Amino acid sequence: MAFYDKLFSALGLSEWCGTSDDKAPLSLADLAAQAGGEEASGPFVPIPSFDNLHESCNRIWQSRDVTNGIEEGFLAAKPVLKTVLDPITQPLSWILDGALWLFEATPWFIMVPLLVAISWYASRSRPVTIFVAVSIMLLAVVDHYDVAMQTLSIIFVCTTISVLFGVPIGIAMSKSDRLQKSVVPLLDLLQTLPTFVYLIPLIFLFSVTESKLYGIAIILYAIVPVIRLTDLGIRLVDRDVIEAADAFGMNDRQKLVRVQLPLALPNIMAGINQTIMMSLAMVVIASLVSAPGLGVNVLRGIRNLELGVGIVAGIGIVLLAVILDRVSKAALTRVDKTQVKH
Amino acid sequence: MTQPMVRLSGLYKIFGARDKDVLHHVQGGMGKEELLAQHKHVLGLNNINVVMQAGEITVVMGLSGSGKSTLIRHLNRLIEPTAGEIIVQGEDVMQLSEDGLRHARQEKMSMVFQKFALLPHKTVLKNAGMPLSVRGEDEVTCDREAAKWLDRVGLSGFENHYPAQLSGGMQQRVGIARALTANTPIMLMDEAFSALDPLIRTDMQDLLLELQKELHKTIIFITHDLDEALKLADHLVILKDGCVVQQGEPQHILLNPGDPYIEDFVSDINRARVLRVRSIMTPLGGDKVPADAHGEVDVNDTLESMIARSGGDTSHAYIVKDGEQTVGTLDMTELVRALVPRVASEAGARQS
Ligand SMILES: Nc1ncnc2c1ncn2[C@@H]1O[C@H](COP(=O)(O)OP(=O)(O)O)[C@@H](O)[C@H]1O
Ligand SMILES: [Mg+2]
Repeated sequence: MAFYDKLFSALGLSEWCGTSDDKAPLSLADLAAQAGGEEASGPFVPIPSFDNLHESCNRIWQSRDVTNGIEEGFLAAKPVLKTVLDPITQPLSWILDGALWLFEATPWFIMVPLLVAISWYASRSRPVTIFVAVSIMLLAVVDHYDVAMQTLSIIFVCTTISVLFGVPIGIAMSKSDRLQKSVVPLLDLLQTLPTFVYLIPLIFLFSVTESKLYGIAIILYAIVPVIRLTDLGIRLVDRDVIEAADAFGMNDRQKLVRVQLPLALPNIMAGINQTIMMSLAMVVIASLVSAPGLGVNVLRGIRNLELGVGIVAGIGIVLLAVILDRVSKAALTRVDKTQVKH
Repeated sequence: MTQPMVRLSGLYKIFGARDKDVLHHVQGGMGKEELLAQHKHVLGLNNINVVMQAGEITVVMGLSGSGKSTLIRHLNRLIEPTAGEIIVQGEDVMQLSEDGLRHARQEKMSMVFQKFALLPHKTVLKNAGMPLSVRGEDEVTCDREAAKWLDRVGLSGFENHYPAQLSGGMQQRVGIARALTANTPIMLMDEAFSALDPLIRTDMQDLLLELQKELHKTIIFITHDLDEALKLADHLVILKDGCVVQQGEPQHILLNPGDPYIEDFVSDINRARVLRVRSIMTPLGGDKVPADAHGEVDVNDTLESMIARSGGDTSHAYIVKDGEQTVGTLDMTELVRALVPRVASEAGARQS
């Protein structure tokens, strides 16, 4: 006899509960007991969970019903969500595939000098530029050039899209306290959700063969810092300077373009730096859902216990991370120095 | 009389969400502290009536927190009044549309700030040219005008520096050049020199007076420093807790303080340096010019220069001239009497 029987009869609910029904789905505990071949032995007073209550009263759900319910609800909503989201997100697949093609099709003797030149243009720092050149050549020597370029193309696309959406969202948040209050919890959620959790609903919505699946996962994860720091940067702009802009009759657009964005630029750049780093972190995990690049080799290392493959790819990721971080940080300090001298 | 440049009438400002609802308390005589204690609203300005004449420097003086910044920000509506009228060049600022207000800020009033408020990412030249570029003038015009005024405030050669590379005094020169480039009839200066060292401050005051001699702007100048106020003011407005306690010709206020608060203020001042002959002379009213006069003096001479001239002899008398015209006489005993502040003279009277 189950522990909570007395409770239900005391409450006069025995009738409502009905008789025990053996065809009901197994409880999680029963499942575990079956698998382990051992009787589940709880404490003296079992915790009043769905499963434990169900043993006394058939009308009470089992926890499996909850997970099933969520799944069914999601599947029911899927057709609607899909018809709406699919066309909207389709361009993302094209862009990702296009960028991938471009990065792979460009011959290395054009691509490598181009990347080095971009590093120089962004950082204006000789050590950083040399480091970039050496790192890329190292990757190339161990035949990781192609996968590194795949990873880079994904990061390039996702960061660009994050900035294109994140900066305007951040600007809008800085203008409206109401919007800020409602968006911040969402950003907190996106940032605290373990990266794997993003993938679960996305896998249901889109097919694993589509590149937008990992694109969306990466962008959702990486867009947070650029939004936050754009909002913060604009809010931190010196009140006196804003007042001067008002006093000389600037309109909102002039204020934004001539004062707020330039003065917020160091913060926005810091946000972009973090966005790049988070894209990189996510692109590795996204190899689980068929994102190409270095992450695939790491995954191979884990799946097939190919230690060497995994470690070389891991080192490749570290190199890529350091390159991206150094170049974007150098660009940031350059902006900080030449633009805002206090 | 010509139309005044700026007229503030019945101006009230209460900071707080329900400012309009608590207004009647203030109009009924409630003071700043009571309002804060009973209604949690801050009284910024209390029934301000001030007229600012074209071509004059109107100085608004008061201690910190007396509402000076609040007052000056009403002219270009950086702060919205709770009640009252703001008329600039005959036009009601409160009736302006958003566009009209922006237009007025661009074409009628420019502002100089205590903390300079320059754009740190722009060069000195671009900063000075900002008011014109906001109006949509082309770059050549902006740069030409900016360079002209930078030169005028003594900053030629610094056009391509960034503000942070300049000292405070030089940054404020950029601030003044910026306001001049705007080429507006009205200039609002909120404690423009308060952040500067005393010596540089004197330089800047001289610069302002020199520019004013030539440009004849209507300047509203905020300060908490009486010496500065007396040096610059054509019209002096003294604020306390959001109320105007006295306003008028500065020399007149100095000689006839209307309130113990102002007596306190003026008691520390070097009166000989500030007061001028015109304020204490005996006007020529039918009487003959004394025959034993020791010489002629100008109406605008300071008392300090008179003392030096007489060698401290209080028996001397002088004929006062305004240009060619004889306008009055000055007795050195009168002069000495004028040097005694009223508080001190009252204290003396009480003792005896
Ligand atoms: N935005 C505001 N909200 C509430 N109180 C304010 C605000 N701005 C100014 N005050 C108050 O109004 C009074 C006058 O301030 P202010 O005009 O800045 O004085 P001043 O410039 O003479 O030092 C002060 O008591 C100040 O605390
Ligand atoms: Mg102030």
